[in-house]
Amino acid sequence: MTALPLLDVQGLSVSLHDGRETRHIVDDLSLQVGEGEILGLVGESGSGKTVACRALMRLLPEALSISARRITLAGDELASLGVADFARVRGRGIGMIFQNPASHLDPVMRIGAQIAETIRFARGASRREAKAEAIELLRQVGIPDPARRAEAFTHEFSGGMRQRAMIAVALASNPKLLIADEPTTALDVTVQAQILRLLTELRDRRGLSIIFVTHDLGVVSQLCDRIAVLYAGRMCEIGPKRAILGRPRHPYAAGLIACQPAAGATLTRLRTIEGQPPSLHAMPSGCRFNPRCPNAQGDCRSVQPPLDPVEPGHLAACFHQVGTTPRLGCAA
Amino acid sequence: MSVAVPSPAAAIAAPRGKRSRRIAGLPAPLVAGLGLLALFLLLALSADLIAPYDPIFQDAAARLAPPSFAHPFGTDNFGRDILSRAIFAVRIDLQLAILGVVFPFAIGTVVGTIAGYFGGLVDTVFMRIVDVVLAFPFLVLMLAIITILGPGLQSFFIAMALVGWVSYARLVRAQILVLKTSDFAVAARSLGFSHPRIMFRHLLPNALTASIVFAMSDCVLVLLSGAAISYLGLGVQPPAAEWGIMVAEGQGFIARAWWISAFPGLAIVALAFAFSLVADGLGELLGQRT
Repeated sequence: MTALPLLDVQGLSVSLHDGRETRHIVDDLSLQVGEGEILGLVGESGSGKTVACRALMRLLPEALSISARRITLAGDELASLGVADFARVRGRGIGMIFQNPASHLDPVMRIGAQIAETIRFARGASRREAKAEAIELLRQVGIPDPARRAEAFTHEFSGGMRQRAMIAVALASNPKLLIADEPTTALDVTVQAQILRLLTELRDRRGLSIIFVTHDLGVVSQLCDRIAVLYAGRMCEIGPKRAILGRPRHPYAAGLIACQPAAGATLTRLRTIEGQPPSLHAMPSGCRFNPRCPNAQGDCRSVQPPLDPVEPGHLAACFHQVGTTPRLGCAA
Repeated sequence: MSVAVPSPAAAIAAPRGKRSRRIAGLPAPLVAGLGLLALFLLLALSADLIAPYDPIFQDAAARLAPPSFAHPFGTDNFGRDILSRAIFAVRIDLQLAILGVVFPFAIGTVVGTIAGYFGGLVDTVFMRIVDVVLAFPFLVLMLAIITILGPGLQSFFIAMALVGWVSYARLVRAQILVLKTSDFAVAARSLGFSHPRIMFRHLLPNALTASIVFAMSDCVLVLLSGAAISYLGLGVQPPAAEWGIMVAEGQGFIARAWWISAFPGLAIVALAFAFSLVADGLGELLGQRT
């Protein structure tokens, strides 16, 4: 990580004002992404991963309010920007790709035209330049025979090709940071591996920074440099990939990793984390994970544990971290 | 290995919507309708060459002549040739049907897109105006506007635009309401696209199918109301040849000389039929392509 992170988010909250009460969907989230770094944002469904990402792009419904102490992208303050100025950040500053490329591409516009439009919009290129560049981008994302495929419509592409096309659209405005919201979840494993390789290549070639949202730890371990684990809208643990996967401190992170079935392992019952993530309407006080946590004690139920460093660059929000109270199978 | 044997399972599994025969890959009604329209267009363009007589030439010797070889559709009470008049009338009636739809279509589409996309106050204001326009009977409102503007084709088009846009506005608004929350609209916003660009370049093309089909069947209604308004003396003015006027002119002679009204009436039916065939075929073609 360089001294100045590309993206620095401090205290991002997304809340829903519901008459008398204010419910926090994302609560005081802070994270940094360095230049050319891939950060994996991990959590169960409903943990606020997607909401946090859309909050960064201000793509949330108006009913949800976003607040942050500070959001900077390459040194530029984003949190205070007006609507018109923020539109320039979208696409050019931060690009986004989504889980379901079939529905996130315009169904009645040719793929090449969608990419060319984005190029022209972001950089004001001429029609011919934009078209040539669109074909070049399709080639870069690994679409065979790009000149011909540029004339195709979305429904004529396969799932993997659609995802490649969507990546090409996002890259067309040349963003510094790409938010990838579960881009491989809807794809089969072989195509998934190809897309992950493509993203890694793009990082290496363009120095692109990526926030990769997923619930798949296998993907994270292949792709990411650092991992952030979210639970019920709060950051549990953030740190280098090896530290988190090898020696997780937060019981939730440890639980998630334990749930991952290993290929070739003997068939045993899949491990799960007992219970359900809390509902927005009944958030437990203290640590939000305490009702499901094997290590929970009295203080967990009353006080919210702060996100404290365990070692340089590795932070966890837990009073009774895994490994501090010796437990079976968790020896360091 | 297996030849094309229709499997009963596939026949049951395949959703059988309304599907007509195909001609060159297009639904048969579309081809037939377009063919008929092309025929009318040809008539309009070459009226001078095809029509056997001048449409306003009065032959006093051949008044109220029944259909014959000299006058295949007969003549009217001024001795004008009905066939020639009916052919020249294609020019006006085709223009009536098309221009009478184009303006409402354009206005309604823009209003519907803006109202649906922005919602809130903009939407409320526009949709209440729509409600007010729809609250009046269509023909009464048309007649009122034309009476104020003065009779004539131009007034008819203005009145049509003022009254007809509401259906398109409602139709497009409903589509945009669905589309604006769609994933590709979110994706377009994530690229920093402006509201007009998202509305008109991405949402509208996806919303147009229904209104294009509606526009085709609307051509029929506009043609009929154009003929009706001319019939009432507020549209095209005599002695110009227009089917509605011709029907009106023959009214007084209907018992003695049925041909004066009957042939222009059939022409109206034929052109209306062509438009509704196109509407049907287009609906089928666009409806299944999703």
